[in-house]
Parts: sequence; C-alpha cells; structure tokens
Amino acid sequence: MSWVTLTIDGQTIQVEEGKTVLEVARENGIHIPTLCYHPALEPYGACRLCVVEIIRKGWSSLHTACTHPAWDGLEVKTNSPLVRDVRKTIMGLLLSRCPNVPIIQELAAEYGITAPPFPVEDPTENCILCGLCVRVCNDMVQAHVLNFSGRGVKRQVGPPFMEKTRQCIGCGACTSVCPTGAIEIVLEEAGVYQAKPLGPTAAIYVPTLQAVPRVPVIDTDSCIRFRQQDRTNGAIADACGACQMLCEANAIDFDQEDEFLDLDVGAIVVATGFEMWDATKLSQYSYGKSPNIITGLEFERLSNAGGPTGGEILLADGRKPERVAVIHCVGSRDHNAHEYCSRICCMYSLKQAHLVRDKTGAEVYEFYMDMRAFGKGYEEFYERVQEEGVVMVRGRGAEVEVLPSGKLRVTGEDANLGKLVAADVDMVVLSTAIEAPHDASEVASLFGLGRTPDGFFAEAHPKLRPVETNTDGVFLAGCAQGPKDVPDTVAHAGAAASMALALLGKGEVTISPAIAYVDEQFCSACKTCISLCPYTAIGFVEADNVARVNEALCKGCGTCVATCPAGAITARHFTDAQILAQIEGLFRIPVIEIPNTQYPIPDTQLPPTKESNHER
Amino acid sequence: MSDNGKFEPRIVGFVCNWCTYAAADTAGISRLQQPPNVDVVRVMCSGRVDPVFILKAFAEGADGVIVSGCHPPGDCHYNSGNYKTFRRMPLIERLLEQYGIEKGRFHWGWISGAEAPKWAQLTRDFTEQVRNLGPLNWKRMFASKEE
Repeated sequence: MSWVTLTIDGQTIQVEEGKTVLEVARENGIHIPTLCYHPALEPYGACRLCVVEIIRKGWSSLHTACTHPAWDGLEVKTNSPLVRDVRKTIMGLLLSRCPNVPIIQELAAEYGITAPPFPVEDPTENCILCGLCVRVCNDMVQAHVLNFSGRGVKRQVGPPFMEKTRQCIGCGACTSVCPTGAIEIVLEEAGVYQAKPLGPTAAIYVPTLQAVPRVPVIDTDSCIRFRQQDRTNGAIADACGACQMLCEANAIDFDQEDEFLDLDVGAIVVATGFEMWDATKLSQYSYGKSPNIITGLEFERLSNAGGPTGGEILLADGRKPERVAVIHCVGSRDHNAHEYCSRICCMYSLKQAHLVRDKTGAEVYEFYMDMRAFGKGYEEFYERVQEEGVVMVRGRGAEVEVLPSGKLRVTGEDANLGKLVAADVDMVVLSTAIEAPHDASEVASLFGLGRTPDGFFAEAHPKLRPVETNTDGVFLAGCAQGPKDVPDTVAHAGAAASMALALLGKGEVTISPAIAYVDEQFCSACKTCISLCPYTAIGFVEADNVARVNEALCKGCGTCVATCPAGAITARHFTDAQILAQIEGLFRIPVIEIPNTQYPIPDTQLPPTKESNHER
Repeated sequence: MSDNGKFEPRIVGFVCNWCTYAAADTAGISRLQQPPNVDVVRVMCSGRVDPVFILKAFAEGADGVIVSGCHPPGDCHYNSGNYKTFRRMPLIERLLEQYGIEKGRFHWGWISGAEAPKWAQLTRDFTEQVRNLGPLNWKRMFASKEE
C-alpha cells in the first residue's frame, strides 16, 4: 500500500492511495457540499456541486471532488472564490429547475441565491437528475427498474415507459437515497400497515436498545440481498451489500446461517414465553381499520425513545392526540377469545395512561371490567393515575367505530352509572391478551410437557410444584407456564434456575422406585419386551439368556409388563397381583346404607351385614 | 338395584397417571358433576393395561370398562405407551365381542390432563349407555357354572 500526500485548504494530509478527493476531505472534516454522492455507490459527478479547484504542477483547474482521485502532490481548494462562483451558478441552475425543494433552497441561500435566477419551467419539479436512485436500483438492489430516458431537456428518471412495473420490489432504496425527496413509494397492497408513525424498521437494526449483545441483526425477509437470494433460489446473491461495504469492522457476514447445536445437558428450562393475541379476531374493535387504533405493544413502540417518533405520542398524521381511550381485556376474559385473565394488561394500561397524560396532556379514558392491581405498589399506582385525571369507565369497551372524520367512537357500558357511554377520541389503545405461542404444541411434544386448557404448559402441581413438569429435569419459567408480569416472571425464573441447579448440584439423581424388573426364572428370552420399551431400558443378557431391566433407564410405564407373554416382568408398586386385588376389592366394599343414596350397590362376597343384603 | 329401582351399573376405569387420571382429578377438584358409578384404577400408563385386567373387571361384576390414556401422537408421558394401547384395544374389543359382551360396555380412548370436562362428560354418557344395556351378570354366570 503506497501513500500519497496532498494539501486540502492548506492542510497537508497523508492518505492511502486509491481514494477520491471528496473521501479524503470528508475523513479530515473538510466540508464539501454534495447532492449526488453516496458512500456505498460509485461516484458519478452528476450534481457538480462538489466542484473544487485543483492545482497540480502549477496548473489550476476545476474538478468534481467525488470523481477526482487523490494523487500525490495535489493542492486542493474547496472554498476559493472561483469555486464559490461556480457553485453559485450551479445552485442557481438547480434552484431554477427545482424551486420548491427545501434542501436546494437552503444550499442556494448559502451561496446568496434566494430566488431562481433563470425561468422556472415546472415549479413542481423535484428531481435534479442526480442519478442516485438509478445507481442504487441498478448497482445495489439490482432490480433494474429505474433509468434515465429522453435526452437534453427531456431527460427524466423512471421505470420503462414511465409505467408501473412488476419488476419493482418496493424496497424503497430509491426514496431513501433521493436527496430531494422526489420519489414516493405508494403501497398499493391493501392492509399494509401505514408507514407512520409505527412504520417498519430498516432491514438491519439492533433488536432493542437494551439488546445483549448489542449488535445489529439483518431481517432476512426485508433485506434485498436475501430477497434476491430467495427469488433466485440461492443462485444469485450480489445485490446491495451496502452494510458490508460500509462496515469498517468488516463484521457483516451474509453467509452466516442458523446453527443447530447438539448439547448434552442435565436440565432444561423451558422459557418460550408468549405471543400477543391478534386483535383483528374481534372485529368490533376495528383494529386495522384506522392507523390510530393500536395495541398496547404498538403503543410501547410509539412511546419508546428509540422508536419511530423518538418517544413522542403522535397520531398517524403527526398530530398530538387530544383524547385517548384505553380498552382493557381485549381478547381476555372473553368467551369469544381467551377466557383467562392475561394479568399484565391492567397495569400496563395504567402505565400507558400515565404516559399519555405525562407526555401529551390528553384526556384518557380507561374502559375496564375490574381493576386487577394485584402486586406490590400496584394499587398505589392505580390511585396515582386516577389523581392524574385519567377517567375510569367501569365496563368493557364494547365497540370502536371509525367515524368519517377519522375520529374514533368508543362505546361501552358504564356499570357504575348503569348506562351506555360513548367517547369520541383520537387514539384507541387495545390492551390485547397474551396467549401461548402458536407452536406450543410442538414444544410440548418435544419435551413431553402437558398443557392446561388455556394452552400454556402445565406445571407438575399448581401449588406445590410450580416450576417442575411431569418430565424429569425439565422446568418452566415465565409466561410459558401462564401469564405473568415482570416481578412474577423473575421470581418464577429464579425458582426454575435453582431447581435446575439443585438437580445438577447433587451429582446424582433420585429415580422412582416404581420400575419394572424381570423374574429371570420365568423369562423365556422371547425379547418382545425389548422392542417395546420406549427407553431402551431392557437389554438382553446373552450369557444368562434372559432380558434384564436397566434400573436407571426404566421409567416404570409398565408397557413391558402388560406385554410379557410369560408374565415374567413385574412393575413394582403396580404389580398384576396388586391391580387385580384392587379390582376385586372394588366389588367387595361393604355398603353402608344411606337413604336415597346414588351409590352403586355391589354384589358383596363379604359376610352380609344386616344392611347389605341387596340383590341385583 | 338402588332404592328407586333404577339399575346402577358398576364401571371400572383404567386410567393413566399422567393424562386421564389428572383429568379425573381435575374434574373432581373443579366439582364437575359425575355419576359415582365409575371406579378408577390408576396405572402409570395406558400401555400397562393388560387385557387380563379388563376381563377380570368384567368377571368380578363390572357392567362396563373404560380404558383411557394420553392423546396420540406425542402426549404420552412415556413417548409411545399410548400407541401400544392403540394396537391392543381393538384386539380386546374383538375378544369381548366373542365372549358375548356388547360393544357398548367397553370404551377406550384418550383424555388429556387438560380435558377434565371431557372426562366428566364421558362418565355421564358411558354410565347412561351401560345403564341402558342393563346388568351384565357375568359374575353370576360364573357362579352358577361353578355350582
């Protein structure tokens, strides 16, 4: 790598060979205005704004900094009177073409131009023909939708014949690079969620502000490189790559794949969490019909300082809401959805009401059935929120209607007043239920877990063994077992971790005594049991010509016992003799006569007492 | 016969520890209405139910028998015990038919730990079904032969 030395605005700079004057200037904090430059794209020299005076071997000439290589011995002047003069002319021409673009107006003002110096042909023109969109569409995205057409004054940018094309994948790269905001993406697909204010994140992002490790991830469903790979069935993957190109640490690896790790472990904690219930399932809440009807989770995103509005609570059109309704129990405690209480909604709804009051001062109406402020300090918070002026309406919000004006009408019964009430609001927050993940049944069969009727995983005992499951060594933590708020989840997870550690720390496991054993005298060596044992706990001992049970592996299901043709296997605590005696015993219970009893009257073999001489 | 002259059948239920027994337990805890005619014999797995148990129950005087385990596929605590039930029960069903025991006196199926109402419903329906079939009297039959 050879080094070159050049001077920019009197500053002597030594850089590696192969860079452009613009790059060198930027790296050293020297500002050169540009419109058509993007670090991820090949320089193009279209806008001419980065023009600089370059003196080489005593000869002075004007060049665009973005395309001029940084040669050894160059002297560059980025702000000489000549340069300013030329830029002023360029800005005058640009302003005359696009008189109403803010960034052009600002730049022109910097060079002392306030009005277009040349006749304006079309005051609505926004495109400066810089070609950024064309380059990004062809070089990076490789969708090849945009290009120049026409020559001279008729030159324009657009898809072939300026018509809608299916080739456009709607990635939005052109809009994001366009310096003047001349390109608008129109989402034509119905039901696509509006871009504001809860719009999509970029295809590469840090999952949450608190993410550990704090590294970005690529959303392969949105990333145009991965989409291209999908379209071509993996044959081509050379689109975009802007993140890889710009990452100075070379940390982006597109070939990384999900890995499956085989681990030998002694205990497993199942903490698969929950999913939010889909609010479109109850149509009376009109979720999806207005961008201002949002779920509690969407509200969290909206009020998050790292969110799309920087934490401001705004309506879809950017206004501040004046009235907000929060509807509790959407999908919970409802025979048409989930019958259980989701537990967390009351408190997060109150918190959100508090945030709305705090950030916007809007009126807040809480439509609630019962206020379940169950935790430590929760009741006090409920009182505080009431003192902040949140209006509590006791009664389930029955319906949300989108009025033609765009306002939302929430109707419900106020059980305290005993009459129907309605509120016209700007924003509705639906406190949606939490539910078991859609693939919980697969996880359940994988670990041999039971599930309670609400769909969450069943603990071994609701009171005494809340983190254990019926499968040894598998524990539950958090909402996988049922709806929980944060303190409860932390406590539950702590219990699960300590149960797992207690199991591992002992160094030995206690097995159930209720297991099977083979009476070797009777074993006929037919090996039927061996093929049936689900745990491969029965082995055949060639030397003795008998089957033998490995006591550490046997779980005591008794399948082999029921199968053994010779009756040589016995299940401890569930022996044939015990069960048969149990059956016999069932029919030998002396019956104590109770008038009008519904108890069955058995045939009794015991000496008949005075009261029990009934005949069938 | 009970006091009101209505025939009260005796039914034995062989239920697995992890699913149907749990369901029956929950049904009791939840105070679901169930007839007292069903007596439950707990086994660790429905795959443990030896056909002999079923015959023994009938021989001892049962009018009906229920065998119930975990739902296939995958619910079985022992991975595949319910599959063995699945293969065995049709055979015992045919055997019972040959012995002259009506089909309606034997029920086998699946009830998961979460299906307490299903257990309660089964006991109600099955008791009614067996009641309509009347007493089996296998025991007396054997007794008279021995004499």
